Amino acid sequence: MEVFASSAVQGIVQGSLYALIALGPSLTYGLLRILDVANAAGLTLGAYVGLEAYSATGQWWLALIAGAMAGAVLGWLIQRLLYRPILGRGPIVPLIAGIGVFIAAEEAFRLVFGPYNRTFAATLPLPALQVAGTQVTGVETLILLIGVTVFPATWWLLRRTSLGLAWRATSQDRETAQAMGINIGRVIASIFVIGYALAAVGGVLVGVTYNTVYPTMGDIPAYKMLAIIVLGGLGNPLGTILAAMLIGLVETFVVAYFGFVLPRDAIAFIALILILLVRPRGLLPGDEVVQ
Amino acid sequence: MSLDYLIVVLVTISIYAILVVSLNIVVGYAGQPNLAQGAFLGIGAYFAAVLSVRYGWSFWWTIPAAVGAAGVAGFVLGAISLRLREDFLAVTTIGLNFVVVAIFQYVPFFGGAVGVYAIPLPSIGDHQFGNADFLAVGLGMLAVVVGISWYLERTWFGAALLAIKDDETAAAATGIPVAPYKIGAFVLSSALAGLAGALYAPFISAVTPTSFGFSESVVILAMLMFGGLGVIGGAIAGAVVLGALPEVFRFISDYRLLAFGSILVFMLRFQPQGLFGEHSAVLATIGRVVPRRLGRRDAGSGPGRGPASDGPA
Repeated sequence: MEVFASSAVQGIVQGSLYALIALGPSLTYGLLRILDVANAAGLTLGAYVGLEAYSATGQWWLALIAGAMAGAVLGWLIQRLLYRPILGRGPIVPLIAGIGVFIAAEEAFRLVFGPYNRTFAATLPLPALQVAGTQVTGVETLILLIGVTVFPATWWLLRRTSLGLAWRATSQDRETAQAMGINIGRVIASIFVIGYALAAVGGVLVGVTYNTVYPTMGDIPAYKMLAIIVLGGLGNPLGTILAAMLIGLVETFVVAYFGFVLPRDAIAFIALILILLVRPRGLLPGDEVVQ
Repeated sequence: MSLDYLIVVLVTISIYAILVVSLNIVVGYAGQPNLAQGAFLGIGAYFAAVLSVRYGWSFWWTIPAAVGAAGVAGFVLGAISLRLREDFLAVTTIGLNFVVVAIFQYVPFFGGAVGVYAIPLPSIGDHQFGNADFLAVGLGMLAVVVGISWYLERTWFGAALLAIKDDETAAAATGIPVAPYKIGAFVLSSALAGLAGALYAPFISAVTPTSFGFSESVVILAMLMFGGLGVIGGAIAGAVVLGALPEVFRFISDYRLLAFGSILVFMLRFQPQGLFGEHSAVLATIGRVVPRRLGRRDAGSGPGRGPASDGPA
């Protein structure tokens, strides 16, 4: 029972992190039909900038804000300089271009911040909780809080804001939306700024949780978030959050109960392929929800 | 750079060229996303390695085995491709890399995390292979793969694949058996990747699970995009340019991956059709310089490439 409770808590923590990281690419996919691997560069950048800010000021909330701002700037640059000029080029060109940016960015991080692991020993002034007999650290509490709010917040963003309305209209039919007077350029820019800022916040939280920041820390998130947004139903951010929680829980429970039979990352993809063969368009296909 | 080292680089490039030209069958002709070519290379290399080290098969017999094993795996992916479209298929092929690597790591038959090493050199009679022999075999294999692709472009099967790429539903409506043809393209493409694997294993002399992951598949697809999708010459050019890049940039070895990523991004940002794709700047330039030879190929007279596209007629 104790294993079950701690696995459940850890799985939800993991799932909340995944949700935070995968939301940006999910919103981007809905908008542009692009699998944005470069988003994981926002995660690493956020972690480094957050670490620098924390070392300079000692304030954890400044680390989060600085990381988010750096991510937002990167997101704006990437949509403006990379994706928007190649929008009409089919799905494979932007995918490979994004991977190219990601490879170059990781090298840039290595050259600028050094190739070694750096520790990120921040303590958050949040109480360490006892949940069902398991210890939950301060940063995990923060992640859980984010996990609890991310679903209603996303729903609110998509359903109750003008940006959400524009996002839904554009994801249905970009040209018609444009003809109806929606400023597509601004919608794309906003979505990238938000998505990369979220990934950067995720990066700071990952850095603090595992107490380490290193240049290739975006590798695993880069492809795992693809699995998550596909599993949730491409172009449906709410499905993405659901899939993130599911993957987080499945991974944690498989590791807790069966040990390391397979590497954690292979588990996620085996789950993905099996579920896709049953539901070829993911758990919650985007267009069903949008309409 | 010594001659022997140059030969080693050339063998590596010819292995890449085999992989890229064969990937072009699925991605360039049939229009299906495939980010798993590295995994098929791995399947071919692993079967060649295990059969020659543990069962004493000669190099020449491991070739059909590696081709067959990779082809069977390609059949599985082809069957999956019938159910999944576009981006769902792309991400599934990404996942396939991790699944295949995990199988190499955890199934004892494949030697676990250490992999298979001390793979014997091939030989003809009493003559053991040197690097020059590897190059000769590599170029021979490349010639075979290019020949198959070239022939494919001129068959009904090849034309049908192009139709499937343009519009699957319309292709089915005109009587093209879409399902077997898609599976056929996947089987052919991955079987030829297995051929590259049969050469890779004895050339490198060891196979480890992590040599064949996602990053290798990305490099192969990047070479194809760089050279030009759907064009045999482009596929080879992509393998040569991006394959030679790490050697060219050896003097700034710290920045090699940075250069690789940046060149790839600039290419796709400013020349998304690649070096030799339709209406590419390279073709337009060649068309201007040698108008008569390329004139009938209508080099770059389509929309979108601006004044350069008219060319002197």
